[in-house]
Amino acid sequence: MHAPAPPASWTLDQFFAGARACIPVAISVAAYGIVWGVLAKQAGLSLFEVALMSGLVFAGSAQFVALDLWTATPASLPIGPLILAALIVNLRYLLLTATLRPLFRSNEMPRGTAMMWLVTDENWAMTVGEMAKGRGTPAFLLGGGVLAWCCWMASTVSGRLLGSIIDDPTTYGLDFAFTATFLALLLGMWKGRGDLIPWLVAAIAAIAAARLIEGSWYILIGGIAGSLAGAVAERMRVRADQS
Amino acid sequence: MLTSPEALFAIAGMAIVTLLVKAGGLLLADRLPRHGFAASWLRHIPGAVLASLVAPAIVTGSAAELLAALATALVFFVTRNLFAAMAAGVAGVYFARLALGI
Repeated sequence: MHAPAPPASWTLDQFFAGARACIPVAISVAAYGIVWGVLAKQAGLSLFEVALMSGLVFAGSAQFVALDLWTATPASLPIGPLILAALIVNLRYLLLTATLRPLFRSNEMPRGTAMMWLVTDENWAMTVGEMAKGRGTPAFLLGGGVLAWCCWMASTVSGRLLGSIIDDPTTYGLDFAFTATFLALLLGMWKGRGDLIPWLVAAIAAIAAARLIEGSWYILIGGIAGSLAGAVAERMRVRADQS
Repeated sequence: MLTSPEALFAIAGMAIVTLLVKAGGLLLADRLPRHGFAASWLRHIPGAVLASLVAPAIVTGSAAELLAALATALVFFVTRNLFAAMAAGVAGVYFARLALGI
């Protein structure tokens, strides 16, 4: 019942395969990056601060939340709330990176831990899609992460430089690029009826949470509810088979 | 204005907590048993998180996203290609919103 440890292949081939796999969502990342850069200028971030935050924090939803709190005058900048908001918005990454453990051998864990900095929703999703097919390597994850980082950096800096009001991504349906890609990935991960309960519970919990609670809590709530439901159902099946 | 010490503190703090959370998930998973309930639970996280990311964006109360999701699923089942499925979803939501006047 345990997942076999995949071969640790740190090859360039895998790196580029990971980058290629993330191209569909990179378009959407860039569209949101430009919007973020434009809003960052209005919020009073300097070009240097935009590059620094995109490069180091590298987390879209946390950066959007930060703009609501940011003030143009340094003296009134709410440092504590900014850090706390980033922590809360990014809590869901606990779930995401936990699933990447099988990618690394025990002796690769220090390197793997450092690589987590480049984990985004996008390259995480592509990598777990690969892992579900018995593939997926650290280099694959890294390739997608580097592509996402470059896209995010280039687009947020461009948005800050342009600084003018540009179209909302929803105008061209680009907001749906994430959703469509992740939906296709999810469908590709279907392994049988055992997936029905966790996916349904996750979807229903996420929809309810998204309506009731501000922010990105719905991902964490749906993810925990769905995965626990899946594990409970699987244990009950195992027990039923044994008796 | 380049930056301020306050802004540097804020950005550094945000970066550190983000990295701690991201690394924390991997390190916590390293402590979990590889068999039994914990292993089942970890195995079901990817599907559950993807379903949670996707579901609220599809069930919005408007038919445009539902139609686009159907188009995405259809193209994915026919082509098994992520890029084609993404393009179908984006085109689908664009035209559905135009048609519905959203």
